[in-house]
Amino acid sequence: MPKKLALIASKGTLDWAYPPFILASTAAALDYEVQIFFTFYGLTLLKKDLGDLKVSPLGNPAMPMPVTMPNLIQMLPGMESMATMMMKQKIASKGVASIEDLRTACIESDVKLIACQMTVDLFDFKKEDFIDGIEFGGAATFFEFAGESDVQLFI
Amino acid sequence: MEFDKELDAKNLNCPLPILRCKKGLSEINVAQVLKIMATDPGAVKDFQAFCKQTGHELLQLDEAEGVFTFYIKKHAQIS
Repeated sequence: MPKKLALIASKGTLDWAYPPFILASTAAALDYEVQIFFTFYGLTLLKKDLGDLKVSPLGNPAMPMPVTMPNLIQMLPGMESMATMMMKQKIASKGVASIEDLRTACIESDVKLIACQMTVDLFDFKKEDFIDGIEFGGAATFFEFAGESDVQLFI
Repeated sequence: MEFDKELDAKNLNCPLPILRCKKGLSEINVAQVLKIMATDPGAVKDFQAFCKQTGHELLQLDEAEGVFTFYIKKHAQIS
């Protein structure tokens, strides 16, 4: 029997997109059976276009910045785009995978991706906004797999 | 050391070297050897952990000028 990993992905920013896809793809490489349940802002990670993922330094004092910047300046228009651009450059220069690549790796290794139906309804998302091959379900769907999993993480 | 397939995972960061390794192993036969090179310092511990958990055998690990070279012998799937 393969080990099982159940993840909940609840965040939809560029930085927080990494943990679920890194853990899921790695677990799959270790022969785990993996499911990720995407809920609330995490659903963004299932959209066809991941180009909109952003990272914000605002309210995140731990984010390394080239120069120290007070929150008041970080909230100026364009700062979020700038931080996102810098983060993407950093990611590429350090040989860190893009979110697209990691998601593809997950799909290719049969990680099951489940979209929270309630969130889809709540935010008026359309099914055609999402990539093919995902499933839609609710909390009970998550527990069906999570209850028999060896590792369960909320991200 | 002799090997059957060679992969370059240099300048790639976690978890890409492991994902490449897994893919490489899927393309060789049981008992064949995969040679894979990485520069991620975390790869040493990760490859050891990967082999321990999947049953593949880490035959040899070399380090030269920041490049880690792993020789991994494919084992039959246990699951």
